[in-house]
Amino acid sequence: MRRETIHAWLMLLPALVVLAAFMHIPAIETIIASFWSTARGMRPSHFVGLKNYERMIADPTFWQAMSNNLIYAIITVPLSMGLALVMALLVQGKRGGTAFMRMAFFTPTVLPLIAVANIWIFFYTPGFGLIDQVMNLFGLHAPNFLGTGATALYAVAAVAVWKEAGFFMIFYLAALQTIPTSLIEAAQLEGATRWQIFRRITLPLIMPTTLFISVNSVIDAVRLVDHIFQMTQGGPNNATSILFYYIYQVGFQFWDTAYAATLTVVMIVILSVLAIGQVLLLDRKVHYK
Amino acid sequence: MRAGDRLITFGGWLLALLWVAPLAYAIWTAFHPSAFETRFDLLAPLTLHNFVDAWGQAPFARYFLNTVILVTMILAVQLVVGTFAAFAFARLNFPGKSVVFSLVLLQLMIMPDVLLVENYRTMRMLGLVDTIFGIGLPYMASAFFIFLLRQTFLQVPTELDDAARIEGASTLTLIRRVYVPLAKPTYVAFGLISVSAHWNNYVWPLIITNSVSARPLTVGLSIFSASDSGIHWSVINAATLMTSGPLLVGFLLFQRAFVQSFMRAGIK
Repeated sequence: MRRETIHAWLMLLPALVVLAAFMHIPAIETIIASFWSTARGMRPSHFVGLKNYERMIADPTFWQAMSNNLIYAIITVPLSMGLALVMALLVQGKRGGTAFMRMAFFTPTVLPLIAVANIWIFFYTPGFGLIDQVMNLFGLHAPNFLGTGATALYAVAAVAVWKEAGFFMIFYLAALQTIPTSLIEAAQLEGATRWQIFRRITLPLIMPTTLFISVNSVIDAVRLVDHIFQMTQGGPNNATSILFYYIYQVGFQFWDTAYAATLTVVMIVILSVLAIGQVLLLDRKVHYK
Repeated sequence: MRAGDRLITFGGWLLALLWVAPLAYAIWTAFHPSAFETRFDLLAPLTLHNFVDAWGQAPFARYFLNTVILVTMILAVQLVVGTFAAFAFARLNFPGKSVVFSLVLLQLMIMPDVLLVENYRTMRMLGLVDTIFGIGLPYMASAFFIFLLRQTFLQVPTELDDAARIEGASTLTLIRRVYVPLAKPTYVAFGLISVSAHWNNYVWPLIITNSVSARPLTVGLSIFSASDSGIHWSVINAATLMTSGPLLVGFLLFQRAFVQSFMRAGIK
């Protein structure tokens, strides 16, 4: 018995060391650092209590990043999920061209987000990009999507949808495969329309998958910022700065580590809430089945 | 009904074409002289010149090497570390097991790249800033993999365990001869996911590296395309395709395995 315990700890040791060193300890240090000031030149770091948090609440850029992030999530989450479901329904059968469609939908998922960003910058560029060229055919000119505050956030969100929808499609495909064909055939015999079958059979049965995907796509909306680095660097005028990008800016461009830690605490709280939500939702999934 | 079917097929094709358009456009310009960047001409001459240009204008060979070393190193360590941890969680009994397991699972929520500032400080302390090892180190224990593999190990029948024990096999032999072979699909699935995730990773490598000797492809590509020195779009597109090329080709060749491994990972 004692030997088993020692064996177990020895086997866990490497994993636990890495996890503690780069997750548990830095997470705690981040929380502690948020109550201290940033060391600057001659002035060492000192305890400031809630000052960093007061500053955050008074910081308009922080609030803009939060509201940008909210808008970004409100666009990307339902759109990528809805498209994912449409794509899965399109490619699940043996209709003509499903292999091509499946490839078309899934390929963006494999590309690095940085590469995706490059492809889309080119796609958007006024004068060069495909969008502008198509609009030229009709005698129109495309706006500078990424350089205009009013459109930049949507342009960046579109890129995320393009990259993510195909990924979520895979999960929907897996879910669709588990629906017994006998159910659908029975409904068809009863004279149910395509829409009724979708609404009454398919949609309820893939609900657990929808919940799983929704949590993951919200996490991605908070965490995936690579394309923002490449396409807009948070600009113009912070129009595309979302929370994680703002943390990077504060921490590694302004080198204000204490304030970056404070912002990171907000991010940790958001991710924790999502995780708790996921656990609760997955519980429901178990009851459902 | 027939008309409806046809309409759906048509819509599907439309969406698929819309979806490949950005990539197809990038591919088109990458393989044509820069004079044709903005002009569609089916007879435009094909060329590999843009790729040669891109390859010569930045140390892409080095970036490729760095990325290959990085993803190989991360995957190799993840597999070994994860196998032991998963076995301990699946088959050994020890006090505090469930608490430790939840502590491990915390990483699913707080990924290492979220704690940029503190992890950078740690790397500076360890003298690992601007090293390939420093990029990979925070990822070397994957909670996701430990969770996935534990699920698989739990399904191994305990009779096999007992039989091996009676034969006098040590725990290490048991893992190597019984558990690892039976969990092969999980290893393949996670391998694909890990390689594509770290091939594509950007923010952490950007922060922790500052020279050509450690930079992976993603960071190299972003620097190359951001340098405002009048590089033609066709050359940037060539570089972009080049850096995603191996994954793209790998995906097209092993499409089925890829899709299945992503599905497997998501479902469990």
